[in-house]
Amino acid sequence: MSYEDATATLDHETREAIDIDRSKGDFTFPERHKYDAGRGLSEKTVDYICDVKNDPQWVREFRHKAYKIFNEKPMPTNWATKDLENIHFDDIRYYLSDGEKPKRSWDEVPEEVLKTFERLGIPEQERAFLAGVEAQYDSEAAYSNMKEELTKQGVIFVNSTEGLKEYEEIFRPWFGKVIPTGDNKFSALNSAVFSGGSFIYIPKGVKLKQPLQAYFRINSESFGQFERTLIIADEGAEVMYMEGCTAPKFETATLHSAVVELVALKGAKIQYVTVQNWSSNVFNLVTKRGLAMEDAEVRWIDCNIGSRLTMKYPGVIMKGRRARGEVISIALANTGQHQDTGAKMIHAADETTSNIVSKSISVGEGRATYRGQVHIPKHLKGCKNNTECDALLINSHSRTDTYPAITVRGNRHATQHEASVSQVSEEMLFYMQQRGLDEGQAMSLAVNGFINDLVREFPMEYSVELKRLIDLEMEGSVG
Amino acid sequence: MSLHIQNLQATLEDGTEILKGVTLEIPKGEVHAIMGPNGSGKSTLSKVIAGHEGYVITGGSVTIDGEDIGEMSIDERSRAGIFLAFQYPSEVPGVSNANFIRAALQSRLPKGQEIDAVAYYKDLYAKMDLLEMDRKFTARAVNEGFSGGEKKRNEILQMMMLEPKYCILDETDSGLDIDALKIVSKGVNAMRSPDRGMLLITHYQRLLDYIKPDHVHVMAEGRIVRSGGPELALELEKHGYDFLKEAALA
Repeated sequence: MSYEDATATLDHETREAIDIDRSKGDFTFPERHKYDAGRGLSEKTVDYICDVKNDPQWVREFRHKAYKIFNEKPMPTNWATKDLENIHFDDIRYYLSDGEKPKRSWDEVPEEVLKTFERLGIPEQERAFLAGVEAQYDSEAAYSNMKEELTKQGVIFVNSTEGLKEYEEIFRPWFGKVIPTGDNKFSALNSAVFSGGSFIYIPKGVKLKQPLQAYFRINSESFGQFERTLIIADEGAEVMYMEGCTAPKFETATLHSAVVELVALKGAKIQYVTVQNWSSNVFNLVTKRGLAMEDAEVRWIDCNIGSRLTMKYPGVIMKGRRARGEVISIALANTGQHQDTGAKMIHAADETTSNIVSKSISVGEGRATYRGQVHIPKHLKGCKNNTECDALLINSHSRTDTYPAITVRGNRHATQHEASVSQVSEEMLFYMQQRGLDEGQAMSLAVNGFINDLVREFPMEYSVELKRLIDLEMEGSVG
Repeated sequence: MSLHIQNLQATLEDGTEILKGVTLEIPKGEVHAIMGPNGSGKSTLSKVIAGHEGYVITGGSVTIDGEDIGEMSIDERSRAGIFLAFQYPSEVPGVSNANFIRAALQSRLPKGQEIDAVAYYKDLYAKMDLLEMDRKFTARAVNEGFSGGEKKRNEILQMMMLEPKYCILDETDSGLDIDALKIVSKGVNAMRSPDRGMLLITHYQRLLDYIKPDHVHVMAEGRIVRSGGPELALELEKHGYDFLKEAALA
């Protein structure tokens, strides 16, 4: 009898009580899909998605063009891991939904979906500290709501489908502009089959005090989730957006390939916070980039704990004078995982400043790779970049690679690059254990200490969660 | 009730013999000192008692209050009441002293029970005051950027907070100026109790001017070669370790 069978007859609370924390996201409900695009990807799949979503013609054309580009582009295995070859595009299901529109109230959300998000603590978090929540279940949002006062201020927070239909005049000029379809094979794939994700518009001068949150949940096996997010902060606006994600651990591979575009207009500020905790069968191949105009700021605060393979290099194009870009990144690679992460900073105006701080932890046979790109062209002046990458190795099987590429032309700029690799030494462990901590606790403490300064950058509610996840990972990694 | 080391023999992983049969009994309420030249095995003895995994135990036993701790892990020994004040304490980057000591105390509580934060800080501050430590110290990362004296004071603070049954102090006096030595000694003396045994490992008599031992042992080449009262330390101070060669021959 499987775990699911054994627990199916128990009530919610009992299941909650016996469920160990590690498997917080590792549960699934039976699939109830009205719409299923079937396995494999073809022109027909793209049309199926367009039909179900009732896409306007320009979107249909956009998708078909993207599908062609996806087919033409080779897998980037010339520089990336060969593990990408284990993604079987023909076995994946590209669209699954129950055909319902996202609900404004949790009471209207189907029971199993509600149970899912309750177990993940989403409605509770919404009440506690969020300005709005979008909860996506497989291909579509099941719930989407925002505080009324924000609606009155003109803030838009809807899913991408609603965004492109209802707000075309704001959506369309920026859609696919920060990340062109052909940026890479997976941005093309997303552009062909995207569904879900958020469209956010913050009007001029509106500063959100509380974060908006999206939660991405995969419930179905052999599925690909392709959400598409576009956030536009108008002049002087400020917003923090947080995303979380989980999926059950299936035997077969699951694909998650998102595209996230941020646009910070003059003097605007966008912070995008991710805590990625996919199960260890998920390929997480995500393209994220922000555009910062004059005096604007884009910050990516990114933490990758889960997935089988993550490839993600959040970027900022600093297009206006004095624009700022920042990537704060934590990656934890346990046995069976490869966290291939980094940052891209494209300086395209004078006096622009970028900062990259990346810390990775490799445990067991886990592998962490940092790839960075900093580009400062010759004709600019007064640009600054600071890059710090620190790697912590937990034992001798671990592997860490750093590929920084800093292209600075001209002599009117300041760049600084520091990298370090350290280990939790036996002597440090001996010291901590001599004080009474068992090996797992000692490791957790050492790892938490290593990333402590970065964890402070996460909102409090997330940093607590982060610490807990890391404790669990470390406890599981010894003995 | 004692820390009892019986004919303890230990080698490095490559087989090099370090401890060649050490026998020593430290009853509760007593302070013992081990003196000896560099390389005599003093520090190794302290690490082996604490359960360091870099040594192979080839014979003998260590018991505390009658219980053999040979099969216990490092942390189990700690929780059973063994405390080692390190000669060279490790740095733990990014972990504050307050959190570190708290985690160590927490590890001694049954699962589900939490430390009372108010009582904890009250206790911590009182002990820091005794050791003349600045309050800012609680927020600093464990031993990171500490001076030699600060590190040693930190060891004594941890010892005072954990209230072990048996304390082993490895070269606690090394690297201390006279003022710091006085403060550290004050902390150690405050810990003397009929319920606690202490073992001081030191190269010099100086420490013993401030912490009066009940017994002094001399260690050389992996063995205890002489035992006596506090006067033995003075004799060593006067004649140096040379006489040990004669003692070893005798």
